[in-house]
Amino acid sequence: MPDFLFQWLNQNEIFTATTIVHYWDGLVTTVQLVFLSLLLGLLMAVPLAIMRTAKPVWVSGPVWLYTYLFRGTPLLIQLYIIYYGIAQIEGIQQTFWWTIFKEPFYPALLAFTLNTAAYTTEIIRGAIVATPYGEIEAAKAYGMSWALRMRRIVLPSAARRAVQAYSNEVIFMLHASAIASVVTIVDLTGAARNIYSRFYAPFDAFIAVAVLYMILTFILVYTFRKLEQHLLRHQRPIGS
Amino acid sequence: MNKLIVAASCALALVTGSVQAKDWKEIRIAFDVPYEPFEYKTPDGELTGFEVELAEAMCAELNAECEFVIQAWDGMIPGLLARKFDAIMSSMSITPERAERVLFSEPYYNTPGGWFARTDFSADVTDMSQMEGLTVGVQRGTTMDTYVTNEMSGVVTVKRYTTADDMVLDLEGQRLDVVFVDYPVGEQTILSKEGFKEVGEPVKLGEGVGVAMRQRDRDLAGKINAALRKLKNDGTYDAIMTKYFSYDIKM
Repeated sequence: MPDFLFQWLNQNEIFTATTIVHYWDGLVTTVQLVFLSLLLGLLMAVPLAIMRTAKPVWVSGPVWLYTYLFRGTPLLIQLYIIYYGIAQIEGIQQTFWWTIFKEPFYPALLAFTLNTAAYTTEIIRGAIVATPYGEIEAAKAYGMSWALRMRRIVLPSAARRAVQAYSNEVIFMLHASAIASVVTIVDLTGAARNIYSRFYAPFDAFIAVAVLYMILTFILVYTFRKLEQHLLRHQRPIGS
Repeated sequence: MNKLIVAASCALALVTGSVQAKDWKEIRIAFDVPYEPFEYKTPDGELTGFEVELAEAMCAELNAECEFVIQAWDGMIPGLLARKFDAIMSSMSITPERAERVLFSEPYYNTPGGWFARTDFSADVTDMSQMEGLTVGVQRGTTMDTYVTNEMSGVVTVKRYTTADDMVLDLEGQRLDVVFVDYPVGEQTILSKEGFKEVGEPVKLGEGVGVAMRQRDRDLAGKINAALRKLKNDGTYDAIMTKYFSYDIKM
């Protein structure tokens, strides 16, 4: 470690080894929570979006209701209902479900996954609906089945249209994960709140955590730019 | 110009006059009501409570005539510094930040932290080997939080809550084994419900609550400290305390 950093840490009252470890644990929790909920949410969203665009109402209706419920209520309320609500169910403590829902991590993961899946479903649905009809007609003319058409034509072209909107959803999810601290999860925000209340130093505690969120956001923005360049490389002008 | 000199000398005379007159035969004491059972008004409008009665006993001890002033909490320290009253006896905890602005007497009470759990809880909260692996709930930033963090981290899992209500919900839902809260809060929110009990002894934490005065009134602080000490020793304090509390808050 450089000397000046070492000296600064030694004479600093707030950013001691203990608090830095506390922040690090919070960072790990935030990254786990956001990464897992986004991954599970995306896996759920693709089939749901296909169902949402299907013609029969009994297929698209339930998905519509699901996305309406989860986009129509605040994430904080969903988290409260899942975390505190489940604990109030009579006798739940004696079932095996309690081993999952006793700790705050899984209720939060469930709330975040269902929430991001609802938004992602709508993003992908929009992209599927916007598929140029000519592409589908051409695929039909080649004699492709529905499944093959979906896999080869509709989903890849929808992915190109959805990626920018989806990158926004990912960043929103990272920032929305800050509310995990209200159900006792020590994520980045939870760590900052603990350090703030221990030292009564709101500026130091929260600015440090804001910088960490900004670094995470920067990594996400950079990754998505690379992904966009990869997906949309056919649109680049020739010679660039 | 002449007028200005007259006005200035009048003001000077007033100031010196009032300083000389301070032999503390009249003391104005501020309370923020209601904060039951420390200070509140009875239905017929009379001010009473633990701190009010203690203040009355203290004034009798000092042979002083006391005037009780009602002041909202956020104007407490500014009101004291602006000489609207001479002392605050309104459950003001002694903290280093406040001590920079006001002069505190010796502490005269301290509400303890209490341990509360469901009725099936059987561990001894002072025995670390029995507490091992349990989950303890505290309110973030309280003296109870500091105590558990310093004394028991590594032994128990500490969960920090912003409000007491959220914490009680998790105690009810069996996410917490035991909580450690300010005793009056626990008595109100936990013991009032079915299925909970107090475990172990209440623990006294923090520096307690003191009478706050202006920094310059060291003579008043000396008198108040002497009076409080006398009340604590001659049984008057205990008589007032048992009227309002079932547990010990003496300090």
